[in-house]
This record gives sequence, structure tokens and C-alpha cells, in this order.
Amino acid sequence: MTQTYLNNDRLRLFVRYLVLTLIAAIFIFPLVFMVMSSLKPSQQLLIDSGSLRAFLPVGDISFDNYAAAFRRAPVGLFVANSLLITGVTVIASLFLCSLAGFSIAILNWRGKAFVLSAILATLTVPFETIAVPLLLMSSKLPWIGMEGLELGWLNTYRVQIIPFIADGLTIFLFVQYFRDIPKDLVEAARAEGASWWQVYSKVLMPLAGPIIATAAILKFLVMYNQYLWPLMVVQEEGYRPVLVGLQYFFQLNTAWGEVMAYLSMITVPVLVFYLFLQRAFIASIASTGVKG
Amino acid sequence: MKHLRLTAGALLVSTALSSVANAATELAMWYHGAGNEVESAIVNQIIEDFNASQSDYTIALESFPQGAYNDAVQAAALAGNLPDIIDVDGPVMPGWAWAGYIAPLPIDEAEFADFLPGTKGIWNGTMYSIGLWDAAVALYARQSTLTELGLRTPTLDNPWTKDEFMAALDAAKASGKYEYALDLGTAWTGEWFPYAFSPFLQSFGGDMIDRSSYTTAEGALNGDAALAFGQWWQNLFTGGYAQATQDGADRDTGFNTGKYAFSWNGNWAAIGTLENVDDVVFLPAPDLGNGSVIGAASWQFGVTTASKHPEGAAAFIKFATQDKYLAAFSDGIGLIPSTATAAAMTKNYSSGGALEVFYGLSEGQALVRPVTPGYAVVAKVFEKALADIANGADVADTLDAAVDEIDADIAKNGGYGN
Repeated sequence: MTQTYLNNDRLRLFVRYLVLTLIAAIFIFPLVFMVMSSLKPSQQLLIDSGSLRAFLPVGDISFDNYAAAFRRAPVGLFVANSLLITGVTVIASLFLCSLAGFSIAILNWRGKAFVLSAILATLTVPFETIAVPLLLMSSKLPWIGMEGLELGWLNTYRVQIIPFIADGLTIFLFVQYFRDIPKDLVEAARAEGASWWQVYSKVLMPLAGPIIATAAILKFLVMYNQYLWPLMVVQEEGYRPVLVGLQYFFQLNTAWGEVMAYLSMITVPVLVFYLFLQRAFIASIASTGVKG
Repeated sequence: MKHLRLTAGALLVSTALSSVANAATELAMWYHGAGNEVESAIVNQIIEDFNASQSDYTIALESFPQGAYNDAVQAAALAGNLPDIIDVDGPVMPGWAWAGYIAPLPIDEAEFADFLPGTKGIWNGTMYSIGLWDAAVALYARQSTLTELGLRTPTLDNPWTKDEFMAALDAAKASGKYEYALDLGTAWTGEWFPYAFSPFLQSFGGDMIDRSSYTTAEGALNGDAALAFGQWWQNLFTGGYAQATQDGADRDTGFNTGKYAFSWNGNWAAIGTLENVDDVVFLPAPDLGNGSVIGAASWQFGVTTASKHPEGAAAFIKFATQDKYLAAFSDGIGLIPSTATAAAMTKNYSSGGALEVFYGLSEGQALVRPVTPGYAVVAKVFEKALADIANGADVADTLDAAVDEIDADIAKNGGYGN
């Protein structure tokens, strides 16, 4: 009898892992296709794309496409630009949006419900609808730089960072998370004489790991995948991010092997960032039900 | 000591003044060729030569990838950030001229008298841009296919008639050797549709818009000739001659691997095909009743309205359109040089060259796409209509709807200045 239960458990486990493996395979196939294709000449890549060979390192395999991709475009510059823009925006966003979330969720001030509603309302506005007014504003905004007062933010890093630091979704995530933390913790800290800054930085933020990971991943993906905005505000190659750089590979006769090599390279930072934060991200989804 | 100071001061001032007097004016230029090593090298060479040839101006180049170029120019125009010189795709030129992005070219049109018609960007009688090359489309075939199927080899002077063309497709289909008789390149969406397929409509006697007024598509896109074209176009797919939807890989390799008997393709693909198909021949467009027609106009240089030094920008454009540079571009990227004298300097388009036939096609059959600021909408509407008809939509209804959409856009924009 016990043996039968054991066999049933093993069978259930086997089936479960089989299903999970199949699902994982479906999700990983595009990545495998991308990496394998990046190792093949364009002609072979196109011929293989209609069969299972597309997912296998067979045929004329080499790293030639990677070398060609570096010759065609300043790949390192584009990746560095995107990492800089994304990194600064994520860090600044986590700081400012968590402060805003703290203020709305924890502090008592008149009108905060209205402010939160207004912030949430911004989620319904697609970026494309404000892109042109934002462009016109950005082209006239002043800035005090090394050479004194200057007008216009075009062709800078700041024009790709500052407009995206604060956003409704990140603020909302922090508001929700802070609201779920027991009020006793805040009250106890205040009773011990902690300032509001200390409550924020010493009590709440150390508990906010999962939501920080979630917000960071979501923001990272949005920023790393920026295309329209940098296309509009950056004309100098020195400030272009990775997705605008992808266009370098689409010529009259597109070299698909190089496209795949470039995509493989620019995907690495995203995978590393996700793997680094995935445990906290999953914990956050499990606890709040928020999905990216 | 006092004299020494005075002398040093005078030296400094005179040096500063002379450097101001001699400083060349920097002109910004935007170009769509980022990512194309060969093209970029030639453009940079021209700029280097120009900068060295005189001391009044220096050109500072910013290259953009082609897929992002038009959007970047439009955004820059909005933000008041246009450079002095831009390049513009031929059919887009009227739109940019109408929107005030580019100014009339401050060069006498007579200077370009020997340029191919498709390389001249002329709108409302004014020249706005000039191209260093043109592109042409031909019907790719194998000589062995023509021989096996017993087909006459058509020439520029004596192209296939509609009946001959359809008979060739029937013969290829009946041979059973090919998956499809004709590769139209339907995998290439976007500008390929109006560029490659509107010439068929024009060869039937119709057009995407009434070119006599540019204020309506009525009659041109839904008249008897257009309806006949639509039925013929639909029959290419329902009759099993071509694919309404095509895999991109088939477009790139299908003709070379023998999947198709004929391929409707541009000269930019010819070099690659010559490397793979020994006996490839490039045939002129069939005459479907109203003469053989192919599309024309590629990228061209223009001066923006934002330029404070249009004379300098014009000097550069004049410099860049020398035969040696036209030939260099042609040798480098395989496109058709703008002049016969430049063609004679190239390896592919000179007498006996592998692509010589394309120069003749461009010279003899080319018709520029409708020269109107409304072309962007016309092109999109036309593409959708052709895709719908290819997939079985009613021809008359689809063309009528397309006409309504084009006319509504023209009305909404006050006739685009026409």
C-alpha cells in the first residue's frame, strides 16, 4: 500500500516536472533560437529557420557575426549608454518613488487621496500622446552645466533620464506595499523618537526588498527597451541606446546573423539583472499579486 | 619690458583675429547610412575631400540608421533642431518640402541636366533635392528557365506583353518544377508595395492618384483600368502563381534555391543573385497594356530651411554629385549611378557590365511615385488595398474604399498645396 502511494507520488512529480519542463522549453526556445542563429551565416540561418536545426548548433558555426556586429555599430557604446541611463533612472526612481509612496501611505496630510488618484490617472495616458509636447518642452528647458546656463536638453543623457524617474506605477507599488506593513512598526519607531526619515530609511525600506526588486525590474525593462523617446531627442550617436542601435543592422539586405548576434549581446544585461533579483521578484509577486 | 609686452599683446590679438577670419563655417549634415560600412566610408571620403578642397566650410556628419531616420528628422524639425543638409527619400521629399523642412535647392537645375529623371527631386516645378543614384526593379529569371519553357527573351524595346507574361507564368506552373511561378516579394511590406507594384497598375493605365491635379484618386485608382489591374492582381494569388503572404526567408533565398521561376526584385539584390545563380537574366517589366513601367527615386540630398548657410550646403551637394563619387557609390553599394558618364566609370553599369541593363531600365521605364506631400498616406492606403485584394477582398469595393480614404486625407490637408 505504502509502495503504491510512493509510486503515485513519484508519477505525479514526474508529470509535474514534465509539464514544467515543456513550458520552460516553450519560453526558452526563442532565446535558444537567437543564440544559435547568431552563430550561423545568414543564408544558413534562413534555411535552418524552417526546421529543428534552427535550435541546434549545427552547420557552419562561428563567432563571425559577433565580430561583424562590432564592425557595423559601436555596440559597446550603445550598451554602456543604455546601462548608464537605465541604472541612474532605476536608482533615482526607487528613491523618489519610494519617498512618494511613503508620504502617501504613512504620513497624514490633506489631499493625499486626490494626489494618489491623480498619480494613478497618469497610468492611463500612453507615452506616445505626450511625446511631442515633452519633446517641445525638452528642447527649450534650461540647464546649468559646466559652461554655465544653457538652453535645451536635446542630445544629452539627462533628457533620457529625468522624465522617467517618477512614474505612477512605481509610486503605486510602494504605496500598496507600505500600506500592508503593520502600523505598529511605525508607531513603535515614532514612540522611540525616530524621525520620519528614520522610519522611512531604517524601518520600512529594509522590509521593502521584494517591492524594490519588482519596481527595479519593471523600471529596468522599460528603460532598457526605450526606443521612441531617444529617437526623438538624441541625434548624436554618442548618446544612442541599444534599441536605436538595433536599427543599424536593418539594411537593404539585412544580415540576420548579425542581428541575432547583436540581440544576444544586448540581452545579456537584462538576463543578469533579472537573475540577480529574481528571488525577491517572485517573493513580491507571491505576496502582493502584482505582475509585470 | 614694456615693448615686449606690447609686442606679445599685438601678436596675440592678431593671431586671434586671423583665426576668427580664417575659421571655416561648420555645416551639419545628417545621413541615413549608419550601419552600412561601405556607404559610410564613401560619404566620409566625400566630406573629407570637400573639407580639404576649400576653406570656407567644413561638413560635420551625423549618421542615422535608415529605419530611424525619417522619425528623427521629423522630431528634429518639431524641436527646431534641423541641420544644414539632410538626405531624403525621393517619395518623401514633397512632404518635407510642403512641411517646410527643406528649401528649394539653391543650384541651377541645368547643372543636373544629364542626371536620370528619377534622381531629381522636383515638386511643384521647383527642385528640392538631387540623388547620387537611383534604383530599379526587374524580373529576375534564369536563361535556362526561358530556354526550357520555350520563352522569348524580352528586351527593353520589346518587353513581354500581358499575354506573354501570363503564358510564361502558366508554363512555369505547368512544368511542376517550381513551388510558385512568381516571387513578388510580398514578404517585404511597407514602401515595397507602392514602389514595386504601382507600376503594374500604371502599366494597366491606372494610377494611385490623379496626377493631373493631385487632389483626388477618383478614376485613377478605381476606374476601369484600375479594376482590370485589381482582377489581374488577385488572379496572381487565387490562380496559384504567387503567394499573398510570404516568409521572409523565401524572399531572400527562394529564387536562388529554385523555389520560384521568376522574381520581381530590385537591383540592390542583383549582385547577391549573380553570385548564386550563374545564368540569371534581368528582364524588363511586362507591358500590361499601357507601356512598361517601373518605380524610381531613391535617396537624395537637400538643404534645410533651418540652414543659415544654404550657399555652403549647396556647394557641398554640387561637390558630392561629381561623377567620381556617383561611380564610387555605385561600385560600393551596387545602385545605379545618376549619370551615363558615371555609369561608364563603374564596373557593373558600364558597357558590358553585369548590371548594365538596369541603367537602361531606369532610363527607359522609370516613373516616379506620385509627387505630392500626401504620398505617405497614398502609399499606406495602396499597400493595404493590394494586400486585401491579394487575400481575396472584393476588388471594386476595396479600390473604392481606398479612393475614399485618400480623398479624405487630401481634403483634410487642404489639398496639400495643390
